[in-house]
Amino acid sequence: MWLYEKKLQYPVKVSTCNPKLAKFLIEQYGGADGELAAALRYLNQRYTIPDKVIGLLTDIGTEEFAHLEMIATMVYKLTKDATPEQLKEAGLGAHYANHDKALFYENAAGDPFTTTYIQAKGDPIADLYEDIAAEEKARATYQWIINMSDDPFINDALKFLREREVVHSQRFREAVEILKEEQGKKKYF
Amino acid sequence: MSTNRKSYHPFASPHDPCPPQTIKTYETPPNLYLGFQPPGLEQFPPFEALKKGTLWPALYSPYSSPYKDDKKG
Repeated sequence: MWLYEKKLQYPVKVSTCNPKLAKFLIEQYGGADGELAAALRYLNQRYTIPDKVIGLLTDIGTEEFAHLEMIATMVYKLTKDATPEQLKEAGLGAHYANHDKALFYENAAGDPFTTTYIQAKGDPIADLYEDIAAEEKARATYQWIINMSDDPFINDALKFLREREVVHSQRFREAVEILKEEQGKKKYF
Repeated sequence: MSTNRKSYHPFASPHDPCPPQTIKTYETPPNLYLGFQPPGLEQFPPFEALKKGTLWPALYSPYSSPYKDDKKG
């Protein structure tokens, strides 16, 4: 069960109507290494992972939904007042034809989200290594979007999200150490 | 303390079609080096931690585009 707090994890401000940037940001919404894929991956793997690390997957999976909500807010704000003509120029003509300005779980190239993006192998080490890789790939995606964006407010929020990927990767690496067990003392934070 | 960005000089041919990038960079965030987080690390003050996205200076990884001039996180 979840409790919902009606606020974003980090404030999202947007400086200009910029549908082109929205098209890139969609990669983190419905892309292979996006926040939806991350949330679904972790919350699903929880059931078949040793007890010691279930809580970590629950916490991080939940936080990914908070990130998803931030990305959704950015995309919405970047496109809500754009004209169909502006959307067409930004490469979102095909999106507009199908969805108007509705958000859709797709990547920057317009491919719809698919669960083949994520794996649940049932082997705890294999699953955690996938999770570490997913965090590093999401971190890299944020970097490439920041490199293309000149919206200082968006970049501020994207840097926050990138930092969270770094922290999550750290925690998954520690989860692997916990499961390896043989390293001296274990400490929980 | 580890550095967040590394660089290398890729080979550039005189016949390359684009002006060569003489330096390429990649990011090496602190989670690669920390290992199991030791107890008692220094913390950011609460408001700064909320802003930065981490409580721990040891895990803070500032980022800005390597293609732009500003070096700020």
